[in-house]
Amino acid sequence: MRALRRPVGLVGVALLALVLFAAAFGPVLWGDRAAAVDTADLLAGPSAEHWIGTDNLGRDLFARVLVAARLSILLALAATAIGMVLGFLLGAAPMLLGRRLGRLITAAVNVLVAFPGLLLVLFFAVVFGVGARGAALAVGLAGAPAFARLCHTLIAGVSERDYVAAARIAGVGRVRMLWRHVLPNIAEPVIVYATMTAGAALLTFAGLSFLGLGVQAPDYDWGKLMQDGLNGIYVHPLAALGPGIAVVLAGLAFNLTGEAFAAGPRRTHVLPPAGPPSPATTPAATTVLSADDLRVTIPGPNGPIHAVRGVSLTVGDGEAVGVVGESGSGKSVTALAVAGLLEPPVRVEAGHLAVAGEDLLAPGASRRLGTALAVVFQDPMTSFNPAHRVGPQLAEVSRFHQGMGRRAAFARAVDRLRAVRIGDPARRARQYPFEFSGGMRQRAMIGMGLMGEPRLIVADEPTTALDVTVQRQVLDLLADVRRDTGAALLLISHDVSVVTDVCDRVLVMYAGRVVEELPAKDLRALARHPYTRALVAAVPDMETDLDRPLAVIPGLPVDPVEAPAGCAFAPRCPLADDHCRAVPPPLLDGVACHKAGEAQ
Amino acid sequence: MSTLTFHEVSVRYGTHTVLHEVSLEVPEGETVGLVGESGCGKSTLARAAVGLAPVTSGAILLDGRPVPTRGRRPVQMVFQDPYSSLDPRMTVGESIAEALPGRPARRERQQEIARLLALVHLDPGRAGDLPGQLSGGQRQRVALARALAARPQVILADEITSALDVSVQGAVLNLIRDMRRELGLSMLFISHDLAVVRYVADHLAVLHAGRIVEHGPAARVLGDPRHDYTRHLLASAHPLKEHT
Ligand SMILES: Nc1ncnc2c1ncn2[C@@H]1O[C@H](COP(=O)(O)OP(=O)(O)OP(=O)(O)O)[C@@H](O)[C@H]1O
Ligand code: SF4
Ligand SMILES: [Mg+2]
Repeated sequence: MRALRRPVGLVGVALLALVLFAAAFGPVLWGDRAAAVDTADLLAGPSAEHWIGTDNLGRDLFARVLVAARLSILLALAATAIGMVLGFLLGAAPMLLGRRLGRLITAAVNVLVAFPGLLLVLFFAVVFGVGARGAALAVGLAGAPAFARLCHTLIAGVSERDYVAAARIAGVGRVRMLWRHVLPNIAEPVIVYATMTAGAALLTFAGLSFLGLGVQAPDYDWGKLMQDGLNGIYVHPLAALGPGIAVVLAGLAFNLTGEAFAAGPRRTHVLPPAGPPSPATTPAATTVLSADDLRVTIPGPNGPIHAVRGVSLTVGDGEAVGVVGESGSGKSVTALAVAGLLEPPVRVEAGHLAVAGEDLLAPGASRRLGTALAVVFQDPMTSFNPAHRVGPQLAEVSRFHQGMGRRAAFARAVDRLRAVRIGDPARRARQYPFEFSGGMRQRAMIGMGLMGEPRLIVADEPTTALDVTVQRQVLDLLADVRRDTGAALLLISHDVSVVTDVCDRVLVMYAGRVVEELPAKDLRALARHPYTRALVAAVPDMETDLDRPLAVIPGLPVDPVEAPAGCAFAPRCPLADDHCRAVPPPLLDGVACHKAGEAQ
Repeated sequence: MSTLTFHEVSVRYGTHTVLHEVSLEVPEGETVGLVGESGCGKSTLARAAVGLAPVTSGAILLDGRPVPTRGRRPVQMVFQDPYSSLDPRMTVGESIAEALPGRPARRERQQEIARLLALVHLDPGRAGDLPGQLSGGQRQRVALARALAARPQVILADEITSALDVSVQGAVLNLIRDMRRELGLSMLFISHDLAVVRYVADHLAVLHAGRIVEHGPAARVLGDPRHDYTRHLLASAHPLKEHT
């Protein structure tokens, strides 16, 4: 529970527990007291016996506020539930009813969302008539459009996923699809949002009752109590303020709780290890990235995962360095650490870590970095918000980091889309991510990385899904940018041929370590590490023998939880002996192997 | 297994025509490789065959009859991205079971899941795992097992190895070749990587700007390309050759 570790979340949850306790047990504990008529003590002010006074029948107001918690909370929850169910159905309409009808409903929802909420509530309250049920319906209905829009956005995101397409092809019906595939995958944000809405519903309800449109005597909720207390507001202000404070506290409880759970990830700064950094690793003036002994540890259910186990690397200004290795070898984690994008509980340690002259070990470095660092990720679908058009999403970067105006930023977005070879960029900029093909989304993503003037581009599998011709264009584009701006490139890929084609230098990673570092042109022929050789041999080319199975690396990559004592590649290495299994080979002269270069 | 025929298929989104009267045949028990640049409509062609893209004109036939585009399709598709093609909240077994025809009893279902997992060289004990516990290559095998669970007559494989590590890619390609040999699968194999297509396909079709520009036996198309665009593709396929 990350939310509980933040003070706001803690306060919210504690408050919510109190409020729910009052709602659950209020009528049982204080019901008699709240109903006890005392004609001798009408409309009394606060006293030791009646903390906030009594009402016109001499009943204790404090007890009545506590008892009213149940009705107030129940009504707010009921209204939220109505809004949620209705909103979900409306939001799911495109999926349930087909495209045309769905689009109509979505348009209607968009109009309703733009309507002032309070007006809608009052309108529905009048339609449904005075009383608790009518008010619940009114508040629920008025909240539905906002819910519908949220659900629509979330569902659009999930429907983009291939598993939904796969389920459709397998013959899964629409209702089951919604139930099995969509609902579980959007539940989390919906519940967070509902929690916050419940707080707002509570306030609205109090307002309706206060206006006499909600709960009617002899029932009472906080709004009704406020209305009753209003007559004497100048004499006994607490009679009206008491229930008002209850409303505010309960509303806050819901809001803070929701907010704390909704809080997004935060950037971290890197923890320096104990002891002073070795002076030998101070970066030269011409390096844009330098890391020394970078270690990343991720807590896992079976013990900490040592994803990166002491990687040292430097990237010179304008240099292109490639990182290759199997999935799970720590390539992406290295990139994320360099970009300052890892969040606790992940631990990032380094003897030294600097990007574009900013020491990442100092607090606040990632903010000062601004657009000096551009990051391009593998999965463009999760990097783009499915609900927003592509152009404005790109423009956002320049507006935020470079303070550009809306129009200038959009123009730059169009320009960048053109730069990444997207045809008709002005039209494409106004389209949604789902209207782009996989390859185009990836190019747009790279365009987003180029909105600023980066000094270092960290690209994690940027061309994985592209065909050769476009891959070529995108890589040429990256080369152009590097030539024009002097930006360096850290290119991470599992595709050995892409890396050799683009980079000057290649690092080969295995099990969180660099096992070989060599000039890109030597990768095919001059690799000395058995793993590098196996990796290169596994790539089919136009001369591959069609009658034999492809070469594969036998066995599985090591489980990073159990970092082995000796060489991590030993279980899969044809040359391994007892010495390999006991003593980890250091990275010497560009290769970490006891038998570097020996024939297999 | 059956023959899948695209007959003058056009697909249009609004005013934008993605496929222009594409005709292509995937013969019984054979693998047709489809290559072409990004956005040229490769995925759209495959998606049209399973009803995920709207066919504006033309017909897609399975043994001469229109392919059903509702309910469980006799044509199944395996997607490119192993990280998005499995529901993260469903176990491997549940995902596969969903595609099984009929309503098999619990025992039968489990046997079938185990059989399919073994078929794609996965430990049947992994049926209870969530996708998050599997590597990309393992997920792609599960996706293949799910497609096979529906007893398809044709399989469409859309860039199924392009998101995989080279070491795993080899294993998946070997698996595809084994399955074709053992099950006699008819398959449309889409890839941007000519070396990969060359390894698995009997026939090769080249798609350019929504049109098939060249089509023939793989060895012929690669050895003696007749269309300029095919030559262009072949030329850019080998950046490595310049270095070594
Ligand atoms: N749902 C959609 N709505 C509108 N246009 C679409 C949609 N899906 C695809 N397109 C358009 O169809 C064209 C072909 O897309 P498709 O996904 O088939 O390309 P592709 O060849 O598979 O490319 P890649 O290799 O990059 O995935 C593109 O111009 C794309 O914009
Ligand atoms: S150190 Fe030994 S086990 Fe490790 S790669 Fe070299 S030869 Fe193989
Ligand atoms: Mg595609």
